[in-house]
Amino acid sequence: MIVFERVTKRFGPVVAVDDVSLAVARGSTHVLVGSSGCGKSTILKLALGLLAPDAGTIRVDGTPVGPPTRAAVARQIGYVVQEGALYPHLAASRNVALPAEVQRWPRDRIAARVEALARMVGLDDATLGRYPRELSGGQRQRVGLMRALMLDPPILLMDEPLGALDPVVRADLQAQLKQIFADLGKTVILVTHDIREAVLFGTTITLMTRGRVVQQGTFADLASYPADPFVSEFIGAQAPPPEMRRYWP
Amino acid sequence: MLALLGASPALAAEPPVVRVGSKSFTESYLLAEIAARVIEAAGEARVERKFGLGGTGITHRAIEHGDIDLYPEYTGTLSHVILKDPSLASVAAIRRRLAVRGLEVSGPLGFSNTYALAVRREMAERLGLRTISDLARHPDLTGAFSAGFLEREDGWPGLRRHYGLRLADARLIEHALTYQALASGTVHVIDVFATDGRLAHADVRILRDDRKFFPDYSAVLLARRDFVQRLPRTWARLREALEGRIDDRTMARLNGLADVEGWSIPQVAGSFLGETATGVGEGRARIRELLGLTLDHLALVLVSLVVAVALGLPLGILAARSRRLGQLELASVGMLQTIPALALLCFMIPLFGIGKIPSLIALILYALLPIVRNAYAGLISVDRQLLEVAGVLGLDGRERLWRIELPLASVSIMAGIKTSAVLTVGTATLAAFIGGGGYGTLIVRGLALDDVGTILAGAVPAALMALAMHGLFELVDRAVIPRGLRKELARSV
Repeated sequence: MIVFERVTKRFGPVVAVDDVSLAVARGSTHVLVGSSGCGKSTILKLALGLLAPDAGTIRVDGTPVGPPTRAAVARQIGYVVQEGALYPHLAASRNVALPAEVQRWPRDRIAARVEALARMVGLDDATLGRYPRELSGGQRQRVGLMRALMLDPPILLMDEPLGALDPVVRADLQAQLKQIFADLGKTVILVTHDIREAVLFGTTITLMTRGRVVQQGTFADLASYPADPFVSEFIGAQAPPPEMRRYWP
Repeated sequence: MLALLGASPALAAEPPVVRVGSKSFTESYLLAEIAARVIEAAGEARVERKFGLGGTGITHRAIEHGDIDLYPEYTGTLSHVILKDPSLASVAAIRRRLAVRGLEVSGPLGFSNTYALAVRREMAERLGLRTISDLARHPDLTGAFSAGFLEREDGWPGLRRHYGLRLADARLIEHALTYQALASGTVHVIDVFATDGRLAHADVRILRDDRKFFPDYSAVLLARRDFVQRLPRTWARLREALEGRIDDRTMARLNGLADVEGWSIPQVAGSFLGETATGVGEGRARIRELLGLTLDHLALVLVSLVVAVALGLPLGILAARSRRLGQLELASVGMLQTIPALALLCFMIPLFGIGKIPSLIALILYALLPIVRNAYAGLISVDRQLLEVAGVLGLDGRERLWRIELPLASVSIMAGIKTSAVLTVGTATLAAFIGGGGYGTLIVRGLALDDVGTILAGAVPAALMALAMHGLFELVDRAVIPRGLRKELARSV
């Protein structure tokens, strides 16, 4: 359970997150959607304790997030960012193993875990032996996901995990990710600017603009009862052309 | 440390060591080598040669500091420069004044190497120049003087006042180059030594000191009293062998053998002492010397580099951690770099004496900047997001530094160390100016003897060592920089 209570974060004169409240139930997938700069990535960094809020409280499984609890909270969380944020000096398998190496896992336990994760995301040994530069965008993204799952954290925070991918790879990974979330029963917050992706993943969607929450609910709620003209506008702008409408969920 | 080194001969069973120094010009080298051979022949002690230390300032500080036991000096320099009392006319008067400083002087060796002014003979005849007084009528002439002469009260400043001289220009020139400057016609008046070996061969006229300005520059041996007391028989032997034995003409001839005929210092010294001066063994001795100097030079470079890395890397890390401290640090390390290397070496003498230790300290200070600056630049350019993620993955500050930051900065860090290594090979040649040894020994000697061959014998191996250092670090790069980054580097080029 991740709870934001009236959280505000300012960067100088800019209010990045403005009085935001959120509740993400255990085992559910919550999607933060909005155009770039709306404050959705900042919310993830606040949940991780990488940033401190100016007002409000954040709790992860009941623990308030702050400097004394930051490390303990981070252990509960896997963090995936766009392009994977892989370490270029480590081969893909070492990137994945890094969190376990730091925890001083025995070598064979690490190897077994990496192998299991590789099977799950569909990467072979040869690919895992390569350096990030030698991987495709989709492969890097999968390696980033493996690394986030290495210590099997109950929570996943994903910041545009599928941005910068070509459409075919993207659709493929979307389906795969959705399956993984369901199989593993993770609590997930996923940030995207793509309403179609939000629809695909999200049991609950939070639409944000300029640091504020515009509307929270299912896609049906947002489409049928828009709280504000912006909601219809945001959905409409990304809606497919009429002849493709039947593919639109 | 130095005190320990000085005391060790008394404690150890090894023969005592006498450290013989010299200034960096031919005559001083020759007298020092002759003295060294006399000491060796006396059989009481081993000799350590610390020749070519520099000018009067450095060499005299070295004997006062106890870094050398003995070096050839001149009475005029002792009275005017060191004791700063021009009224001291006799050796006896000088000896009394030096006694309180723990120093001893021998009797005069026989010749007086006084300063003199020289002009081209052709010009002297054309202008009717015979005496220094005659110069006063030609204020349009230009002069080029060696460093000591240009600044010393018993040199140009005093001479100018004494004779009421004016020259259109009086500039500084390396002593070894004065004859060439005069011959080329770019200057009209130079300072020379009365015993200069090149005088006999150069087409110049010495201007007579008609108003008796220049003091007497009788050569003597200056020694530390502790050496004289420790080895009285050797000191007596030195005085017996050298006092009154070398007159002006002999000294000029010896200087000429070295400066004009191209004999080596040991050859000339040997010929004076009546030893057979054949070339046998000379070649092998040269190779042995070069080998010794190579090891010396390599030791200077490697030791200073290792210490500079050990200091510079933490300093770079510290600078990257705190920007304000970083700016201060980079500014001060940068300031060290603006001090000319030779000046930095000379600053070390009052603090650490002469020899290896002050050379190493100066080289370390000099090697720091590229290491600190590149470590800093490499660390601050690491992607912020990668560092944030490290925290989320459970890495603490130390693990983040070792596993992420240093490897990612390694390309930049290694480039800094490589730059430092190549620079240090070059800078280390200057160590010889303060008795630090290495290839610079040959360069200093070559400069003093105006012998391009000897200069190259030091400069070429130094350049080769710099190249080798560069190649070595290409290999070290391969071992230290992670493979994932090297590919990145190759691609970005």
